[in-house]
Amino acid sequence: MFDIDKWQEILATVKKNKMRTFLTGFSVAWGIFMLMILLGSGNGLSNGVSENFTRDAVNAMWLWSGKTSIPYQGMKEGREIKLTNDDYGLIKDIPGIDKTSGRYFISGNMFSYGNEYGSYTAITCHPDLQEVESIEIMEGRFVNEIDIRQARKSVVLGKDIYDALFKGGNAIGEYVRVNNIPFKVVGICKEGGGTRHRNAYIPVTTGQRVFNGSNRLHNFAVTVDAKSIEESQAIETAVREAMAQKHKFEAKDESALGSYNKLEDVLQTMKIFQAIKIFIWIIGIGTLIAGVVGVSNIMLIVVKERTKEIGIRKAIGASPASVIGLILLESILITTIAGYIGLVLGTGLMEGLNFIVEQQYSASAATNGGNGETIFRNPTVDLNVAAMATALLIFAGAIAGYIPAKRAALIKPIEALRDE
Amino acid sequence: MINIINIHKSYVMGSNSLHVLKGIDLEIKQGEFVSIMGSSGSGKSTLLNILGILDNYDEGAYYLNGKLIKNISEKQAARLRNELVGFVFQSFNLISFKNAMENVALPLYYQGVGRKKRNIIAMEYLDKMGLRPWAEHMPNELSGGQKQRVAIARSLISKPKIIFADEPTGALDSHTSYEVMEILKEINTDGITVILVTHEHDIAAMTQKIIRLKDGRVAETIKNGDLMQWKHQYMKELETA
Repeated sequence: MFDIDKWQEILATVKKNKMRTFLTGFSVAWGIFMLMILLGSGNGLSNGVSENFTRDAVNAMWLWSGKTSIPYQGMKEGREIKLTNDDYGLIKDIPGIDKTSGRYFISGNMFSYGNEYGSYTAITCHPDLQEVESIEIMEGRFVNEIDIRQARKSVVLGKDIYDALFKGGNAIGEYVRVNNIPFKVVGICKEGGGTRHRNAYIPVTTGQRVFNGSNRLHNFAVTVDAKSIEESQAIETAVREAMAQKHKFEAKDESALGSYNKLEDVLQTMKIFQAIKIFIWIIGIGTLIAGVVGVSNIMLIVVKERTKEIGIRKAIGASPASVIGLILLESILITTIAGYIGLVLGTGLMEGLNFIVEQQYSASAATNGGNGETIFRNPTVDLNVAAMATALLIFAGAIAGYIPAKRAALIKPIEALRDE
Repeated sequence: MINIINIHKSYVMGSNSLHVLKGIDLEIKQGEFVSIMGSSGSGKSTLLNILGILDNYDEGAYYLNGKLIKNISEKQAARLRNELVGFVFQSFNLISFKNAMENVALPLYYQGVGRKKRNIIAMEYLDKMGLRPWAEHMPNELSGGQKQRVAIARSLISKPKIIFADEPTGALDSHTSYEVMEILKEINTDGITVILVTHEHDIAAMTQKIIRLKDGRVAETIKNGDLMQWKHQYMKELETA
């Protein structure tokens, strides 16, 4: 198969018909180029979106109480469901629930320190909220168990609040007033993946005690330990059923107990990206097929144009197999080299784009205190795909060359050599 | 060497069938120098193509070198052509993007001879044709006579037993034609059978045997000794016409 002479023969032909070779190769190079750009863009979009998802833990789930909308066991609809600290204990122990944090809404959120003041949100929570909402501690610590147990008046300030009230000065150990009640600053934090950090966190027990909440809770933020949509839905259902039993409402009553399962969302979005990826492959391969058909077409013309030459070759002893080899290998050679050029240009462009995207990302991250805003990350194609594309190219070249080669083999020397 | 018995050949064109060869018997021995003559449409080129295994025939039998050539595969035909015969054409049929040396070396490529070796052999043959200085020239840089000499060198390089020449002088002026005929004669004296198709009588007269075809049949066969007389008769025919 590997015959240096044969390749020299083909190379000589290719070299002496540069324009023809260029035209033949161009369509394939273009096809591969487009495929690489499409795949790279798809990857970039998918990477960017999955990065945005990590603002909260991907397996987070939120539950909140409301009024029933379905009559249950003789009780009318419109009954208010009240969650309490007991529910916190209950949810915490449901299998599949990893982290749990309850929240009691407090009204009025005026923060002040010295002469500085502003309106921000104070969120009451358990220590686990840090994991659920991917909160990053910049200084100090987050709400801890002791805060909860002793209902200490501790507060973790969001970076924006700290900047507004303290103007860069020392905050840890200082007291800020929340609705005119002094809280001791124990930490400064940033919200994961976000650009605004206008929330402050205080222990839920403190919230309940200071702001007259007794044992009331309004919502829960939890993380679930699930690998698939089904598993995560099962855990969600288990939580809903436990709550429904305790508070006597229909388990499927979304208005009595609202829930949002992020993992479900994430997995669904990932599925969409999988579909987009498949779609891109279909388009890309379509483009490639167009290129291959182009090559095939040009090779047909080439065979027509070379009829006489092939006739001469046959008259002086070229076997049909050698003629097929000549055309087929030329086609494979052209598609492979042209395709490779397209591959290199395509991936090169995507790498260049990646460089720019990364720079913009770090620029936006710098202005936003370490959290860049983008839906486009790492738009590159991995090596496996490139290797697969190369194999595809050789195959495509063989396909493109086959029909013209077959036709060349059928050329009758007398017809080719007939003097017009 | 060549023995054909009652060969028939028709070309089918749509619903019409053109009966070109209508039963030809012919025997050509090793080392003969034969010309096939006839007016256009007499079937002389068809006959040459069949003899050169470029075309098949419908009926009869063709023995080349004692071997029956009938219904053989393309591959076998290609090998036989490569080993046994050489072709010279009216329009030279050189490959335009290969230089003289590469053109001459091509048959050896199909015999599997290495590049260096076949180029050396090709140079020897070009030298014999007096074309060594033109070895690197492309066909379009050569004159008609030079092209035909390159083509002859190419036909000889595989050391064939027979050379088939289809109007080898058809595209050349008379001076060059005679040069080419001289070369063919020399080849013949080396023991190679030369069969040429021509419609020029002075060219045919340089061969040892003339086969005249008329309407797909052999009209007459004229041997060497009778040539002079035949020429005379032909001139008279011309005058009366």
